[in-house]
Amino acid sequence: MLAKRIIPCLDVKDGRTVKGVNFVDLRDAGDPVELAWQYSQQGADELVFLDITATHERRKTMVELVKAVARNINIPFTIGGGINSIADADALLNAGADKISINSAAVRTPGLIDELAAAFGVQFVVVAVDTRHNDGKNIVYLNGGRIPTEKETFDWILEAESRGAGEILLTSMDHDGTKAGFDCTFLKTINDAVHIPVIASGGAGNVQHFVDVFEQANVDAALAASVFHYGEILIPDLKEILKNKGIEVRTVAKLVSA
Amino acid sequence: MIGIVYYGAGNIFSLTSALERLGISYGMIHTEADFEAYDRYIIPGVGHAGAAMAKLVDTGLVPKIKALQKPTLGICVGMQLITAYSEEGDSNLLDIIPVKTLRFADSAEYKVPHTGWNRVYPDEDSPLFKGIPQGAHFYFVHSYYIEYNDAYTLASTDYSLKFSASIVKDNFYGVQFHPEKSGAFGEQLLTNFANL
Repeated sequence: MLAKRIIPCLDVKDGRTVKGVNFVDLRDAGDPVELAWQYSQQGADELVFLDITATHERRKTMVELVKAVARNINIPFTIGGGINSIADADALLNAGADKISINSAAVRTPGLIDELAAAFGVQFVVVAVDTRHNDGKNIVYLNGGRIPTEKETFDWILEAESRGAGEILLTSMDHDGTKAGFDCTFLKTINDAVHIPVIASGGAGNVQHFVDVFEQANVDAALAASVFHYGEILIPDLKEILKNKGIEVRTVAKLVSA
Repeated sequence: MIGIVYYGAGNIFSLTSALERLGISYGMIHTEADFEAYDRYIIPGVGHAGAAMAKLVDTGLVPKIKALQKPTLGICVGMQLITAYSEEGDSNLLDIIPVKTLRFADSAEYKVPHTGWNRVYPDEDSPLFKGIPQGAHFYFVHSYYIEYNDAYTLASTDYSLKFSASIVKDNFYGVQFHPEKSGAFGEQLLTNFANL
């Protein structure tokens, strides 16, 4: 049976992780590669790096980061942030990224999804969607939930799927940062409507929230940042509880001695 | 030393990085003469099987590959290439192992691509899976699968149906998952291949 995935998300700026990280055994909490390695050892199933570098050197720092991660990490990872073109994506693929995540660029130029899927395959293209409840509707927002668009979230996700998205990363801005739980109702609506994997994001505060999102929305994966970075939830403990609830997860087992 | 067949189908940085971490030496194969420098081979591949086959044909290496006698491992689309046929692009492939590559049926319950960590059940006593327990998780990402076949399936996985996670015939092996992205078990498999 396919395991439900647990995905820590790392915000990176100028090649360094931002937001506090208080793992006791890190030599350098700002080094994304060391943090990624730590998560891979704990049993994270996948990693997302969100590059929020604003300088024109962005592309070069992203490629360097991806290479460093690919050299050192033995689990899949996605990189997102400011990817606007086939050339951006190609550079990241060749540096070892398993997937890229596109958000604003896809909203502004939906044809980019088609182009990326045709060039690299649907498995390479994650479409990230920031959604917020507004006036009785779920609306797509840009810039981390600050700028509303004209698009209804449900319609946009179906369009993204039909254009060639291989996966949807759906962040509920109303829940993000609240630690009050994922938006299981809307996630279920989306998950039931698409035939590609859905990653739930926004609102994780405790272990039960992960149980809820898998049991109630049946999403494929759940992503969180601060609860992992601050050690509030340890991935081995989380996996153990999910497993005890009958949810299929991958635990980091030992090799059998031959 | 492993020779990686270089034919321009997808990124191999993660694969070569994994080999470097494991201390397994490797080089690239561009021409027929290059095969002589190595004692085992990897055929990598991502993307579209038909397109990958066309690129492989362009290299002129197909007759040599089909005649290889040393251990040869196809990974993901590289595994699909050693089968007879793929529904992806209605493509005839190398036909080293006479099985077919088919598309997963779309369904509400089973999403396509099959993305993530799934349990793999290898044949007992397979040297390729030495030290890897039954039901170990490996990382998959694919929309096409190789049919299950008693004679050639080396490891099976279930996703809406039982399919081949790994196949074997003589010196030819294939794995559908990505060992270079499959944690410690994936690294063990690459080490096992290097020691076959």
